[in-house]
Amino acid sequence: MRAIACGLLLAAATACARGGERGEAVRLWAFGREGEVVRELVPELERRHPGLRVEVQQIPWTAAHEKLLTAYVGRELPDVAQMGNTWIPEMAALDAIEPLDARVAASAAVRPDDTFPGIWETNVLDGTLYGVPWYVDTRLVFYRSDLLAAAGVPELPRSWSGWRAAMEAVKRRGGDGRYGLLLPTNEWAQPVALAVAAGAELLSDGARHGAFRAPEFRRAAEFFVGLYRDGLAPPLANTQVANLYQQMAAGEFAMYVTGPWNLGEFRRRLPASLQGSWATAPLPAPDGMPWPGVSLAGGSSLVVFRSSTRKDDAWKVVEYLSEPATQKRFWQLCGDLPARRSAWDEPALASDARTASFRLQLEHVRATPKVPEWEQIAAKVWERLEPVARGTRDLDASLAALDADVDAILAKRRWLLERKAAGEKP
Amino acid sequence: MRRLSSWRAREARAGLLLVAPGLLLLALFLALPVVAALLLSLTDFDLYAIGDPSTARFVGLGNYARLLHDPVFWKALGNTFFFVLVGGPLTVSLSLGSALLLNHRLVRFPGLFRTVYFAPVVTTLVAVAAVWRYLYHPRFGLLNAALGSFGIGPVDWLGDPHWAMPAIVLMAAWKNFGANMIIFVAGLKAIPESLYEAARIDGAGPLQRFRSITVPLLAPTFLFVGLTTTIGYFQLFAEPYVLSGGEGGPMNATLSVALFMYKQGFRWWSIGSAASIAFVLFAVILAATLLQRRLQRGGDA
Repeated sequence: MRAIACGLLLAAATACARGGERGEAVRLWAFGREGEVVRELVPELERRHPGLRVEVQQIPWTAAHEKLLTAYVGRELPDVAQMGNTWIPEMAALDAIEPLDARVAASAAVRPDDTFPGIWETNVLDGTLYGVPWYVDTRLVFYRSDLLAAAGVPELPRSWSGWRAAMEAVKRRGGDGRYGLLLPTNEWAQPVALAVAAGAELLSDGARHGAFRAPEFRRAAEFFVGLYRDGLAPPLANTQVANLYQQMAAGEFAMYVTGPWNLGEFRRRLPASLQGSWATAPLPAPDGMPWPGVSLAGGSSLVVFRSSTRKDDAWKVVEYLSEPATQKRFWQLCGDLPARRSAWDEPALASDARTASFRLQLEHVRATPKVPEWEQIAAKVWERLEPVARGTRDLDASLAALDADVDAILAKRRWLLERKAAGEKP
Repeated sequence: MRRLSSWRAREARAGLLLVAPGLLLLALFLALPVVAALLLSLTDFDLYAIGDPSTARFVGLGNYARLLHDPVFWKALGNTFFFVLVGGPLTVSLSLGSALLLNHRLVRFPGLFRTVYFAPVVTTLVAVAAVWRYLYHPRFGLLNAALGSFGIGPVDWLGDPHWAMPAIVLMAAWKNFGANMIIFVAGLKAIPESLYEAARIDGAGPLQRFRSITVPLLAPTFLFVGLTTTIGYFQLFAEPYVLSGGEGGPMNATLSVALFMYKQGFRWWSIGSAASIAFVLFAVILAATLLQRRLQRGGDA
């Protein structure tokens, strides 16, 4: 018992010592490359606010999620952090992050009307704002314009049927081992983006149940698995693609649905001779729906933790990082696309046709369901569609199984909502 | 008489006092967590409960029942058994083979070889995995280059669901055989040379000497090595974790029970369900250990 008591005393003593030491600095957690680059933005912020000191801690993406939750349990959360926008519902469910509506309303720097609406929306849960968009991310089509042109397709078609026809033309011309589109079987973002474009709600009844048998999702899934069935996309998991850029360069795949990080990668990794032969385009739309097709709202926001004792200083960090000028600089440093529309007047961003596709696509993005269970549900989406893509299972049976999986995952949420409703009744 | 009993009582008290710190530590760091985990496995403790413990519900054996109906769990169990049943014997025979070689009189520098074979055991797994990932690379890997020179087509070791688990078995066997080898060498050294001499005089050949002297006298070592390897291999986690980037892919082909438990617990934060997996894994290991002991004892008789 004494040992425990001593241990507790010791912990308390060190906690006090540390609290005193860190008194001045605002602790900012940022992940991966962003965590590295954001350090370079800090001096300017500290210059503007004498007395404000920011301590950046970089955390690898692979450890970020776990670290956030263990820090929550251990009461060791920082003051402000980068937050992948699909993690916001989880942090809000834990009541770990601060509502920001009042601060935004009073702020001259943070401007909702200057932010892509679909991206802003990912931060709003039941009418309450929990994060401010930092940089954005969405999926669209990267393609080999030379291969498409050679197959008689001058530019990326705007409808699903035209898109499919383009893949068929590329395949016909290329022959064996050549595919129209690379669509890894173990990624959820592509099928879900197609479903969102087709108008699927994904979850129904206030996110209490799966809605994967709905006609909109079924239509997208049918299109998706049809690409494998007809040999237009190879049934490969992304671990089976040995070297994406070499294979793209060799013409094994003419198109690929992916995100903005590949702008830099394609520039660096495709040979110089092909640099004029690749392009990007917004997603084609399902036939009969307006172009461009809706894609997924991704990226990271900045959040302030409830446990923070320096919320005003933390908010200064958020304001500074969301300013268009800071966002331009951030883009120059690491290539992350700015969340603020006015940052896109940066000449290098505005004049590049490849980033312009992203600019257009970002006006047409939608958030994935904002429930803490979403990532688990998303993993089920590809797990259930993969056997269909590989031709070992029937689509309708898989969608029914997917709905059952998702209903089981959401059971706790349903119970919590019921309990809350019962508690609210007088 | 009374003096003796009071002395005994005093001795017992002193003994208890001496083991108390050890017992306390065991209770604190072993018994308590085990009991807590058992209780957790009977609840649906999850992310919501981390935020507000009052949302945790008692679900009885619900987690266990759900587990038995989860195809992913059965897949993970199948993978783990594959690893134990293929990797275990492979590792043990590699260990025994290398121990026999090292123990042979004709081998020069046995100390050097012992160190070389033991080196992988003490090397960090993450570093080992980084190197093996290069070896397994479908296009530029050494292994495929070697196979290619025999005209065997490129194998996508870590990407193909059929080859990913064998690739992990191979790496684990290479990494682990050295530890058992040292134990086998010690076991072999303990067999008196006079027995072999007597057998030779009686005209026994090398194979007969191995069968009639080495194998029976090495049986206790075998039992020990077999048990520890089996128990260790049932807990397979780090190898697939580092080689598949924490996913257990492709298509769950390298998902072990321990990795499945980790994903449930620390990826999806279904702590209750993860705890139930831990107890199922414990039961499986216990059953396998008892079975193995019975089989090896039976073999002796």
